[in-house]
Amino acid sequence: MLIELGHFALILAFATAIVQMVVPLVGAQKGWRGWMGVAEPAATAQFALTAFAFGALTVAFVTSDFSVALVVANSHSLKPMIYKISGVWGNHEGSLLLWLLILSGFGACAAWFGGNLPETLRARVLAVQASIGVAFGAFLLFTSNPFLRMAVPPFDGQDLNPLLQDPGLAFHPPFLYLGYVGLSMSFSFAVAALIEGRVDAAWARWVRPWTLAAWLFLTIGIALGSWWAYYELGWGGFWFWDPVENASFMPWLFAAALLHSAIVTEKREALKSWTVLLAILAFSFSLLGTFIVRSGVLTSVHAFANDPERGVFILMILGVFTGGALTLYAARAHAMEAKGVFGLVSRESALVANNVLLAVAAMVVFVGTLWPLIAEMAFGRVLSVGPPFFDAAFTPFFVALALLLPPGTLFAWKRAQGARVLRQLWPALTLASALLLLGYALGSGRSALGPLGLALGGWVVGGAGVDLWARSGRGSVAARLHRLRRLPRADWGRGLAHAGLGVTIIGIAGLLAWEREDIRVAQIGESWSLGRYEITLDAVREAEGPNYLTTIGEMSVRADGRQIATLLPEKRFYPVAGMPTTEAGIDGGIWRDLYLVIGDPQDGGGWAVRSHIKPMAAWIWGGAILMALGGVVSLTDRRMRVAAGARRAPVATVAAE
Amino acid sequence: MKRLALILALVAAPAFAVEPDEVLDDPALEARAREISAGLRCPVCRNESIDESNAGVSRDLRLMVRERLVAGDSDAEVVRAVVDRYGEFVLLRPDASGANLVLWLAAPGLLLLAGGVAFVSIRRRASGPEDRLTEEEETRLKDILKP
Repeated sequence: MLIELGHFALILAFATAIVQMVVPLVGAQKGWRGWMGVAEPAATAQFALTAFAFGALTVAFVTSDFSVALVVANSHSLKPMIYKISGVWGNHEGSLLLWLLILSGFGACAAWFGGNLPETLRARVLAVQASIGVAFGAFLLFTSNPFLRMAVPPFDGQDLNPLLQDPGLAFHPPFLYLGYVGLSMSFSFAVAALIEGRVDAAWARWVRPWTLAAWLFLTIGIALGSWWAYYELGWGGFWFWDPVENASFMPWLFAAALLHSAIVTEKREALKSWTVLLAILAFSFSLLGTFIVRSGVLTSVHAFANDPERGVFILMILGVFTGGALTLYAARAHAMEAKGVFGLVSRESALVANNVLLAVAAMVVFVGTLWPLIAEMAFGRVLSVGPPFFDAAFTPFFVALALLLPPGTLFAWKRAQGARVLRQLWPALTLASALLLLGYALGSGRSALGPLGLALGGWVVGGAGVDLWARSGRGSVAARLHRLRRLPRADWGRGLAHAGLGVTIIGIAGLLAWEREDIRVAQIGESWSLGRYEITLDAVREAEGPNYLTTIGEMSVRADGRQIATLLPEKRFYPVAGMPTTEAGIDGGIWRDLYLVIGDPQDGGGWAVRSHIKPMAAWIWGGAILMALGGVVSLTDRRMRVAAGARRAPVATVAAE
Repeated sequence: MKRLALILALVAAPAFAVEPDEVLDDPALEARAREISAGLRCPVCRNESIDESNAGVSRDLRLMVRERLVAGDSDAEVVRAVVDRYGEFVLLRPDASGANLVLWLAAPGLLLLAGGVAFVSIRRRASGPEDRLTEEEETRLKDILKP
C-alpha cells in the first residue's frame, strides 16, 4: 500500500512540477502577481511529495519488502542496516529518485530563502528549476519506475553490489548528487537572467552561495569516492581517470571556474556573459556526467549497466536543456554590457586566467573521456585513452594554475603592481624553495616530480598564508594578529580552500614520487622488511561476516625493534552476489600510510602478500577536507547571510517596535 | 572451513594484479616492466591497465612483457609487440598520429585561443576612453584638490 502511495505521490510531484514550470513563467511575462505567486507553494509541495515518495521507497528497503522488484534486485535480508538504507540509492532507479528529491529540495530552498529576490526573477528561477524536475520526473516515471511490484515475491533478495557495501561509498553518491544538482540552481539563475535580460552585481551575489554549496558538496563527494578507491580496490591508487570519475570532475572544474568569475561579476560588474555561460556549462556537464554514467556508452569500473533507451532519454534532456540555454544565450548575451574596466595586471585578469586554465583543464578531461567514442565512430579507430594521457595532458594546466594562484590573490582590483606583489610573496617563495631542497635531499634520484610537486604545493600554501597576513593591514604584529582573528569569514574561507589545494598537491607529489612496494609469497611466520619497517605474517584465518565469508591475514609491523601496529587485511567473498572484494589493512599516519594486502594461497604453500609504504597519502584527502571547510566557512560569512535576508530585516525591526 | 576455503579458491581465483611469481629478479628490469604495464590496457577489462588487472590475459601479457625485456628488447619494441598483437586499443596513452592529433592539440589550441582573445580584449578595454577623465572633469578635480 505504502509503495503505491509513494508511486502516486511521485506522479503528483510530476504534475506539480508541470504547473510550477508553466504558470509562474507566464505570470512573470505578463506581470500577473497571482500567477507568479504559484511558484512558492508549488515548489514546497513538489518537495514534500518527492520526499514522501523517497520515504516510501526507503521503508521498503529497510523492511526488506521483497514484493518490490527494486528491493529484490538490490537488497538482502542479512545486509547490515546502513547498507539497506544506502541500497536505496545504490541503483539506477533509486539514485534517480534521490536526484529528483535533491532537485526539488534546492527548488524549495530557493522558494523559502529567496524572499529578497525581485519577484519576476524568483518566479522565473523556480519555473526553470521545475522544468528540470519535469524532465527527470518523466525520465523516472516512464523509463525507470522504482515502485514496480513483483508478481511472485521471492524468498530473499539478490544483494547489493558488494563494492557498494562500504561506508565510504554509502555516502559518496548523495554528496555527489548534492553537487551535481546544486549546479542546477546556478543554471536556473542563469536562464532566468537571460529571459529577464539583466545580469548585475546583485544577481551574481545570489548565484555565488548556490555555486559555492554545489562545489563544496562535489568536493566532498569526489574525495569520498577517491578515498574509497584507495582502500577498497586493493592497489592503493587514488584517481584512475575513469569515465565516471571524469564525469564528476568536469562539473567540479567548471563550478570552480564559475565560483571565481561570479566574484568578478559581483565586485566589478565585468565578465557578465562569461559567468552566465559558465553557469550553463557547469550544469550541462553535470547532465553529461549523468549520461555517461547511466547510458553505459563508456563502460567503466563502477557504472550501473543500463539499456540504451535510458541513454537516449538523457541525451534528449541534455540536448534540450543545453541546446535551449545556449540558444537563449546566443540571442541575449549581447545585452549584457560589461561595466568594469581593468588592466592587464589586475585581480580581474588573474581571475580570467584562472577561468581560462580551469576551462581548458576541463576540456582535456572532456576530450579525453569522449575521444574513444569519437575515434571509433568517425575514424574507425578502436583506441583507449587512459591515465598516462591525462597525466601528461592535464597536469601542465593545473601546474600553471597553481603557479598563478598566490600572486593572483594578492593583486589589487583594476590595476595591480606586479613587482610589489612578488616582493610580498617572499615567505611563500622561501617555503617553496625549502621544500624543493628537502625533496631533493630525500630523493632517491627517481624523478624530479616529487621535489617540484612539493615546492608547488608549498608555494600555494605559503601564498594562502601571505594572502591572509596581507589582509590584516599594517602595524605591529600583535595588532595584525588581532585583526587577523576578525577578518571576514569569506577571507578565511578563501585562505583555507587555497591552502587545501596546496596540501592536496603536496600529498599527490609525495605519494607518486616516494611510494615503495613489496610483492612476495609469505609463509606463515615469515618476516620481511620494507623501508624501516619489518612486517610479519603471523596467521591467516577464515571468518564469517553478516553476509560474506572472509580470509583475514594477521600481520604485525615493527619499527626499530618495537611493535607499532597489527593490521588485518581481508579478502572477502559475497556468496549471494558471487563477488570477491579486498579490504586493505592500513596503518594511517600523517607522514605515511602502511598499506597491506593479502592475496591468494599459493600452490607451494604460503600466501601472496603485497605491502606498500604510501608517503603523504593522508594529505590528499586532508587537502580536500580543507577545501570543503573553506567553502563552509565562506558560506557562513555575514555577507552571504545579509544578502539572503536583506529585505526581511527592516520589516522585522518594525514589527518588534 | 575447508569447504569454505575451496569455494574461495574456486570462485575468487584471479586475485591480484602483479603476482609474486611474475616479479623479475633484476630490480631495474622489473621497474621497466611495471612502467610499461601501467601504460598497457587489459583487453578484457573496463579501463584497467594490465598492471592493475586480475584477468588471466593481463597476467599473460605481463609475463610476455617481462620475457621480452629479459630477451633484451627496448621498451618501445616491447610495446610495439603487444600493439601488433592486440591493436591500438591496448595503448592507454594514444600516440599523436593522424586523427589523434585532435585529442592532443585540442586543449593547447583552446588555451592559445582563449588566452589570445582574453589578452586582446583586456588590452583594448584597458586603453579605452572610459578610463580617462574628460577635460571638464580634470579641471574640477584640480579645483577639488587645490589646498
